[in-house]
Amino acid sequence: MIGGKAGYGIMVTGTMFSRCCARGGLHVFDTTEYPSLIRGGHNTYQARVEEREVNSHIELIDLLVALNKETVDRLKDKITENGGILFDSSETKINREDMRGDIRLYDVPLVRISKEVSGDKVMMNTVSLGATIALADYDLNILNSVIKDTFSDKGKEIVESNMKAAKAGYDHIKSNYKDAFKCRLERISSISSEKRMLLTGNEAIALGAIRAGCKFYAAYPMTPSTPILHYMASHAMAKDIVVKQTEDEIAAIHAAIGASFAGVRAMTATSGGGFCLMTEGLGLAAITETPLVVVMGQRGGPSTGMATRTEQGDLRFVLHASQGEFPRIVMAPGDVDECFHAAAQAFNLADKYQVQVLILTDKHLAESHKTASRFDTDYKIERGLLSDEQLERINDFKRFEMTETRVSPRTIPGQKKGIFRVPSYEHDEHGWNSENPGNRTRMMDKRMRKIDHILKDIPDPKIYGEKDADITIVSWGSTKGAVLDAMRFLKNDGINANFLHLSYINPFKADFVKRFLGSAKRTIIVEQNSTMQLKGLIREKTGIEIQHTYSKYSGRQMYPHEVYDRVKEVIHG
Amino acid sequence: MARPEDFNTPMTPVWCPGCGNFGILMAVKQAMAEAGIKNHEAVVVSGIGCSDKYNQYINTYGFESIHGRILPVAMGIRLANHKLKVIAIGGDGDGYGIGMCHFIHAMRRNLDITYIVCDNQIYGLTTGQTSPTSDKGFRTKSTPEGNIESPVRPLALALATGATYIARGFAGDVSHLKSLIVEGIKHKGFSLIDVFQPCVTFNHRNTYEWFNQRVYKLDRKNHNPKSREEAMRKAEEDQKLPIGLFFSEDKLTYEDEVGQIKEKALVKHDISDVDIDDLMDELM
Repeated sequence: MIGGKAGYGIMVTGTMFSRCCARGGLHVFDTTEYPSLIRGGHNTYQARVEEREVNSHIELIDLLVALNKETVDRLKDKITENGGILFDSSETKINREDMRGDIRLYDVPLVRISKEVSGDKVMMNTVSLGATIALADYDLNILNSVIKDTFSDKGKEIVESNMKAAKAGYDHIKSNYKDAFKCRLERISSISSEKRMLLTGNEAIALGAIRAGCKFYAAYPMTPSTPILHYMASHAMAKDIVVKQTEDEIAAIHAAIGASFAGVRAMTATSGGGFCLMTEGLGLAAITETPLVVVMGQRGGPSTGMATRTEQGDLRFVLHASQGEFPRIVMAPGDVDECFHAAAQAFNLADKYQVQVLILTDKHLAESHKTASRFDTDYKIERGLLSDEQLERINDFKRFEMTETRVSPRTIPGQKKGIFRVPSYEHDEHGWNSENPGNRTRMMDKRMRKIDHILKDIPDPKIYGEKDADITIVSWGSTKGAVLDAMRFLKNDGINANFLHLSYINPFKADFVKRFLGSAKRTIIVEQNSTMQLKGLIREKTGIEIQHTYSKYSGRQMYPHEVYDRVKEVIHG
Repeated sequence: MARPEDFNTPMTPVWCPGCGNFGILMAVKQAMAEAGIKNHEAVVVSGIGCSDKYNQYINTYGFESIHGRILPVAMGIRLANHKLKVIAIGGDGDGYGIGMCHFIHAMRRNLDITYIVCDNQIYGLTTGQTSPTSDKGFRTKSTPEGNIESPVRPLALALATGATYIARGFAGDVSHLKSLIVEGIKHKGFSLIDVFQPCVTFNHRNTYEWFNQRVYKLDRKNHNPKSREEAMRKAEEDQKLPIGLFFSEDKLTYEDEVGQIKEKALVKHDISDVDIDDLMDELM
């Protein structure tokens, strides 16, 4: 864990450390907490590293890199037995007698070394990284390779001075602290060991979208989805994507709708506040049957709420947003791998059924890094567009024709025989305005019945753990990691839990969920909201009332030990 | 050579008899024919209000957006396929009221869109409330004591914001309006054509007769459309009302500066197998 004031480069430093671990073949899950401001405040970056897959962050800290006193004061109680604090006594005064006796103190002159190398204190992070690598008895060459990749666009000089700073920090530990620190990082360098990526949910979604051929991305900056805008913009030229930062979210969604109507795969992303503005556009896309992918990164609401903190408070909002009734697909991926596949699949589903796909993430999933195997990119692109040749054989082209699957033939502007116009009013099969009651009922049914076909096309919810379990845990979206890790702890205690995770929420797989929960011995649902929104939805769709709950809405992601504690409480009464 | 009738659809316009929209519709179809537009290579984007019906009456690709959102949709279409002619048609409430934010940003972007605003200075479809261009003192259902606000001056706003073709027509002079639209379509960049459109049912103040007494045409003798200062002076006239071309300039369009679409339209890019191996490498 590294902590300090905003503006100290905490996030870059944390990501560099995680990448060092990933490059050595280790598994990482890291998470960052920061207030909504640019300078000052208290930022932390926590990396959890193991030899096996890690899915969540935990509350305990083995090594705390404290760039200021506040970090020590806030976090010293979370330090594990014989854990350590790495600090600079010229910046951070620590009284030995205020500390638990077992805590090791590593006083490294971060500022002095930084000033010696660069004439400024900006490199104290890098010095601390070098010192951390030394304490963990890890490989400095890996850190050097990460420094090189991180700073290469800033010039050779910056790369070299960072390497020097890291080396000095490394040497300081090696020559002043001979006793081994309790945690060692060891490179897993067998040939069979797989190389992994380190990425966030946002990056995984962007990758999925690019793979799926998303060519138009419009957005207005809003935490936690802004990094998607940055990622798409920085790769726009190389991948031929037009990225447009618009005047507001209303323009973003409507521009995406226009681009999609004109034939390119289009996406926008936002958070709850921006999604409020987008809801009218969602309905427009629905009645015009224009394919669209919207990423909705949840954060603490209502209103500005907690701009940089996590929450799952918008499930009901997204399920029902915009007036009237229309089919929509709502996905809630649980980790970076699912984020990638959700995005890639979203474009196919949107095109195939001419519907809107909403990908629900939250700050925790969107911005936390996880190591992941390279993604399986074996996707067939399914556009569902009429070719000019097909059009030649059609006498009377009807853009909104009633078909077996309720999905109508689609053309794009520029096709000679495919001319149509679509109003945002109710319309008939040709796209002529119509308020005829019979037509209205038919067109509503046409749109709504697409849901039946989509339901068959999307995967069943995933089940983790064994069939016959003492308790069944239910969750959706980003709480997946905490639940999976809690199951490990429970297993160590001889408690056999299984886990139903919903990463597609609409259309709802009612039969599957009913069957599975109907045979469960005990049930508990965990959610990051106060009203247990999925619990209510499950009751609505299946009639099943889940017996126990654990909810957290403090703006901080739940820890696996919290799930573990609650499950034990339920089991032992 | 296309004829105006080639842009007819089977639908019969349902505007009130005498509505200014009839003249505008006629001018638009004539202009499309004269500008050599092919039906399948054009998209008409409309919004909500009496002018939303243009979606149904012009035989090109058509997308009817919702109230105020014509220009963002038009932008998406242009960026996805800049080989298409995009003609946006809306009302004063749509463009200068609820859509004002998009209007300003669209102009400063200078996308190659022709934007025709049917400006009847009243909310017609909702049966007669004050509009952003209603005159001060105008009594409507929502301002029975008279409108307190000063009207938006769209042409002055366009000049200040960066539109590169700024004109005003009158629904009562179809052939003059048609020529303004033709030039607007041919112009490379954002063209605004604000149209005085009498609303015979709800606006009994700004009638055909009222306009006929006040409008006069801009021509080479009385105006230089290359001069921003002169154009601004003309845009601020409110006794006699000039119609014609106020201002035009040549400037790179937004599309011109988007490198990704230099070689071909975005929609023509092959997406069947986009390689992301390099992107995954970056994350190692």
